[in-house]
Amino acid sequence: MEKFLLRNIENPNSTDINEYISVGGYKAISKALELKPSDIIDEVKRSGLRGRGGAGFPTGMKWSFAAADPKKPKFILCNADEGEPGTFKDRPILEKNPHLLIEGMIISGYALQAEYGYIYLRGEYPRAKDILKDAIKQAHDKGYLGDNILGKGIRFYLHVHQGAGAYICGEETALIESLEGKRGQPRIKPPFPVNEGFLSKPTVVNNVETLANIPYIMEIGAEAYSKIGSPDCPGPKLYSVSGHVKNPGVYELPMGTTLRDIIYAHCGGIRDNKKLKAVIPGGISTPILSPDKIDCPMDFVNMPKHGSMLGSGAVIVFDETVDLAKVCLRAMKFFEHESCGKCTPCREGVGWMRAILERICNGSGNEKDIELLIEVSRNIIGKTFCPLGDGAASVVQSFIKDFRQEFEQHITKEADKEIKAAA
Amino acid sequence: MLSEKAVVEINQIKSMYHDAQSSLLPALYVVQREHGWLSPDAVEAVGDLLNVPKAAVKGVSTFYSMFRHKPMGRHLIQLCTNVACMIMGAERLVDILKSRYGLEPNNTTSDGRFSLVIMECIGACGTAPAMLVDTDFHDNLTEENIVEILEKYK
Repeated sequence: MEKFLLRNIENPNSTDINEYISVGGYKAISKALELKPSDIIDEVKRSGLRGRGGAGFPTGMKWSFAAADPKKPKFILCNADEGEPGTFKDRPILEKNPHLLIEGMIISGYALQAEYGYIYLRGEYPRAKDILKDAIKQAHDKGYLGDNILGKGIRFYLHVHQGAGAYICGEETALIESLEGKRGQPRIKPPFPVNEGFLSKPTVVNNVETLANIPYIMEIGAEAYSKIGSPDCPGPKLYSVSGHVKNPGVYELPMGTTLRDIIYAHCGGIRDNKKLKAVIPGGISTPILSPDKIDCPMDFVNMPKHGSMLGSGAVIVFDETVDLAKVCLRAMKFFEHESCGKCTPCREGVGWMRAILERICNGSGNEKDIELLIEVSRNIIGKTFCPLGDGAASVVQSFIKDFRQEFEQHITKEADKEIKAAA
Repeated sequence: MLSEKAVVEINQIKSMYHDAQSSLLPALYVVQREHGWLSPDAVEAVGDLLNVPKAAVKGVSTFYSMFRHKPMGRHLIQLCTNVACMIMGAERLVDILKSRYGLEPNNTTSDGRFSLVIMECIGACGTAPAMLVDTDFHDNLTEENIVEILEKYK
C-alpha cells in the first residue's frame, strides 16, 4: 500500500515545509478552502473515518455536533498525549511529518469555524515540541496560519501545549482540564466537549492520527478513502509493534490487517525462533489475547468480537519465555501510578489488585488470591467516571481468563506447604 | 523569586491563551527549567504572577509527575520500565545504575551528577529499553551501552 501518513519520512529534511510541499503537501488546504465548511464535514462523514485514539467514534459526526452549537469561540484540540504503554504511532508524525498534522488541523479548524487550535503534546516528547513549534512558524511564514490564510480572510491560530507526565490526560475531558491549568481529572459526561469543552466552549478533541487523515480524505475524496481497509472503519492505520518480534516499529497498513499478518508478514515473526505466547493488541489497557486468536482483523468492529479492542493499535508481542503474571503486575503498577484519584473504585481497587499481584509474584500468594483479584476487578468495572479503571480491571480479568496457570505457578498450595513444613 | 527573563517569558505565554490559568503548566515548566525544580517559593511566585490561588498551583504542580519538588542532579535520567521495556531487560538496567553509580529511583547520586526517575512509557517501545537523559532520547539500551552513554554526561 502506498504510504500517506508516513509519506516522505525517510527524507532527513521531511520537517522542512518546502519538502512537504514538494510531495504534494498543503494542496489539500487549497482544495478545502474552496468548499463550504459544512461540505467538508459531510465529506469526512462519508469517508467513514473513525477516531484513531482508541474509542473509534465517527469523526464527521463529532465535528457536526460541535459545528451545530452556536457558542463561540470554538476550539480544535489535538490529542498528542500518546501515553498508552506500547503506543508510539503518533511519534513519527509529530517528529517527522509535522506539517501533515498542521494541515489537518487547519482544515478541521475551517470546517468547524474554530479559529484556535492547540496541540496537547505529552511532556515525554521534548524533541517533538521543538519540531512542532518550528513547523508552526514555517506554516505561519508561508501564510497557512494566522490572520488571513492564503489571502482568503480565514483566521486560524495554532499553539503547542506541553503536558507534564499524566497518562490520564489522554482522556479528552482530563486533557481539557489540564489545558485549563488544572489537575488532569476527567469530567462527567454529558455535557460532552463538543458542547462544553475548553473554557466551556464547543471543542473537538481529535487524535494526531485522526487529524493526519484529513488531508488524505481531501486529496483522494471520501469515496476512494472509504474503500481502503475494513468497510465499517476504513482508511490507513498506524500499528506500533513492540516486544519479541524480529522487526518492531510503526507500520502503516490498511485498517483491518490481521494480527497474524502484522506479526509474521510485516514484523518478520517471533525473534530467536521462539514460540508466540500472547499478544496485547491495542496498548496495555486492552485485554490480552492467546495465539489462537491472532487471525482477527485489527479494527474497531472485529477486535471486540474476539474479546479485545483495537485501542491505539499498539501491539505488544510476548514470546514463550515471558512470565505473564509479572507483566500483569507491571501493568497494574502503571495503572496505580496513573489513577487520578477521583473515583474510589479505581483509586483503591487498582492499588489492591497491584498488592495482590505483588504477593502472588513474590511467592506469598494463596489459593484464594486469584478469585479475590476477580472480585476486586468486578467492583471497579462500570463504576468509574472514565475508562482507566475499566481498563485496569479488564486487563486483570483477561490475563486470568486465558492465562490462569501463569498465576497458579507462583502459588504454593496449602496442602504442599504442610508437606514441606512436616519434612 | 522569578528572574526577569522568566517573567517576560511567562507573560508571552499568557498571550497564547484566553485565560491566565491555562498558562500554568507552561509557566511551571519555565521556572523548573531555570531552577531545576519547583521550590515552594517558586510555586507561590507563579501563582502570584498568574493570579491563581497558591493552593490551586500547588495542587496542579504535584499532580503531574514531570514537575520536581526537590532539587535534582545535573542530569536527569528518566528510564522506562513499563511492559515493552521490561520484557527487553529494563529491570537489569535499573540494577546497573545502582551498582555502578549507587543511584536508586527517585534519588540523586552523592556527587549531584545524576538523578533517576522511573518512567511510565516514553513512546520508544519499538526500540526498547529506552531512557531520556535531560531532553535526549536514548534507545536500544544494553547493559554495556547505557554506561557508555551516561559517561558522556559529566
